[in-house]
Amino acid sequence: MARFIVRRLLQMVMVMFAVSVLTFLIFNVIPNSDPAVRMAGRQASQSTIQAIRKEWGFDDSLPQQYITTMKKIFSGDLVSQFTQLPVNEEIIKGLPRTLSLAIGAALLWMFVAICFGLYSAVKAGRFADRFLTIIALIGISMPVFWIGALMNHYLGFKLGLFPNGGYVELTKDPIDWAYHLILPWTALAILFIGFYSRVLRSNVLDTVNEDYVRTARAKGLGERQIMIRHVLRNSMIPIVTLWGLDFGAVIGGGAILTETVFDLQGVGQYAAEAVGQLDVPPVLATTLFAAFFIVLLNAVVDIVYAVLDPRIRLQ
Amino acid sequence: MATEPALEGALQGPAAWEEEADREHVHGVGPWRLGLRRLRRNKLAIAFGVLFILLVLACLAAPLWADKVAHTTATENHLSDTIVIDGKKTNVVGLDGVPIGPTYKGEFFLGADPNGRDIMVRLLYGGRNSLMIGVAAALMTTILSVILGVIAGYFRGWSDGVIRAVLDILWSFPVVILGVALGVALALGGIKLGPITISGDSVLVPTFVIGLVYIPYMARPVRGQVLSLREKEFVEAARAQGAGPLRIMFTEVVPNLISTLLVFFTLLIANAVLLEASLSFLGAGVQPPNPSWGTMIDEGVDRIATAPHLTIVPGVMLVLTVLALNVFGDGVRDALDPRAKVRLEH
Repeated sequence: MARFIVRRLLQMVMVMFAVSVLTFLIFNVIPNSDPAVRMAGRQASQSTIQAIRKEWGFDDSLPQQYITTMKKIFSGDLVSQFTQLPVNEEIIKGLPRTLSLAIGAALLWMFVAICFGLYSAVKAGRFADRFLTIIALIGISMPVFWIGALMNHYLGFKLGLFPNGGYVELTKDPIDWAYHLILPWTALAILFIGFYSRVLRSNVLDTVNEDYVRTARAKGLGERQIMIRHVLRNSMIPIVTLWGLDFGAVIGGGAILTETVFDLQGVGQYAAEAVGQLDVPPVLATTLFAAFFIVLLNAVVDIVYAVLDPRIRLQ
Repeated sequence: MATEPALEGALQGPAAWEEEADREHVHGVGPWRLGLRRLRRNKLAIAFGVLFILLVLACLAAPLWADKVAHTTATENHLSDTIVIDGKKTNVVGLDGVPIGPTYKGEFFLGADPNGRDIMVRLLYGGRNSLMIGVAAALMTTILSVILGVIAGYFRGWSDGVIRAVLDILWSFPVVILGVALGVALALGGIKLGPITISGDSVLVPTFVIGLVYIPYMARPVRGQVLSLREKEFVEAARAQGAGPLRIMFTEVVPNLISTLLVFFTLLIANAVLLEASLSFLGAGVQPPNPSWGTMIDEGVDRIATAPHLTIVPGVMLVLTVLALNVFGDGVRDALDPRAKVRLEH
């Protein structure tokens, strides 16, 4: 077990290194134009460009440039070209908001998707199944920022049922916190509910034909108990893996659109605003941290799986 | 058991079999025709396929509508123009900056935007951009994924190792973040690849970015399929006949991938159109004043309180297009390869 964990963590560090190199390449090498001009933003004077070239060492060799860039990111003296505020501090400030959004939405989409997927599978081929399939397809076809903006306008602004964007700290007022987050949670969850309920439906339909389900039925167990204890539990395995990965992806960047629409001021919105101003340092840092987080979460998911299922360790 | 027709046929010899096959119309039907037959039976998928074609045709007819009906272009401003509605002269853009809503007449059929530009014209031209980016990006992803997947799956060994490592690293980035990072990096400097120079505000930049971002999601399953195909008897037979690797790849392996590729391609267009909208919404996709459904929603969201039609109209077009592709792609998958599990991420 210890050997597996060490091997997996070593692999994780290697992937992180590769990810950081790729991020560096995307911003400094691939565009094949002067990186200092890009870093300086849209309207920059010659002296600013010169200062940036010196600060980031764009005249040095590529490995030296890579080291300078990583040093700047991890030592925390990376500042936005637009606001001059330190990037890492801004990211840490936005993190609780992004986490609030991601955790709530993840719980919501998992719960609703299980209900929809199971019901759809039980009623397979009938009207309810077809109806839910169409709803799921509509769900995965809607851009989250569009449905979010409409919800915010009609439910929040016009009808006044929900607050019109914004965020309240959890520690200040938990009820107001949840109240402010209901619309963002829903908007973000819609897409995943569509995906997960469809995956779960097909998994359940596969599992129903397994021998142990027939055995359970032969033992005389009730239909409800069979569905929940035997079928659902075994159909959930692939979904839970997806859930871990998607949760990481949402924190690492999937929330960028939702946060912007609902003005949650999290990490995603910070990145989105930087993109709007073509402000490279925050985009660079958030891209790198997002990828790191996902690599880390993948390693954690693998290790948890190895603990639960010893067969995985041998692969 | 003896009463089952299949067994009876077997007992009566091959002639009876053929006769029965004639009666049941099952002889000589290849998997493609079977798939087409199953697809034709799926009325919903066909209906949405037709809807998609209609949407494409409408967008292709954009210059016609702009010239003959709306008498304007996609980027022409009409800030101080007036238009006659119900016999009254009305400003296209009100004094408070609020543009008119849908008139349902030739000019400003779906209203105007804050610059006085005709929404309907922009919608059609924007659809051209969105669809062109979607189709071109999906094509790029498909071609590159097949090349990478076939090389990795067929040769295995070190080429597989390198390709898989690169795909894994790309896969570590969330799709939107990678798209945004590449979009920002390229929007400022453009692309210079040898003799080809693409300026930063060209629609080719988002096309290239989107085409690149989805490669891992397609190349991995293609590689997996090639890995299992290369062990099949027909590949062994080709090898025994002296066929080289290239020949085996193109005449034995790739034709067997086509049904998977077709399903992937349809769903890729849907996802590419959605990603284009997301990137444009964030400012890392199509650069204004060039219209696309994403940039139109982006411009609309800021004014949703006073002019909601600016957000609703392009969004509905986008959702209809993506939904049509998703339902049709689903139908194609059910018809060709009912057990395949194709999933793309946003």
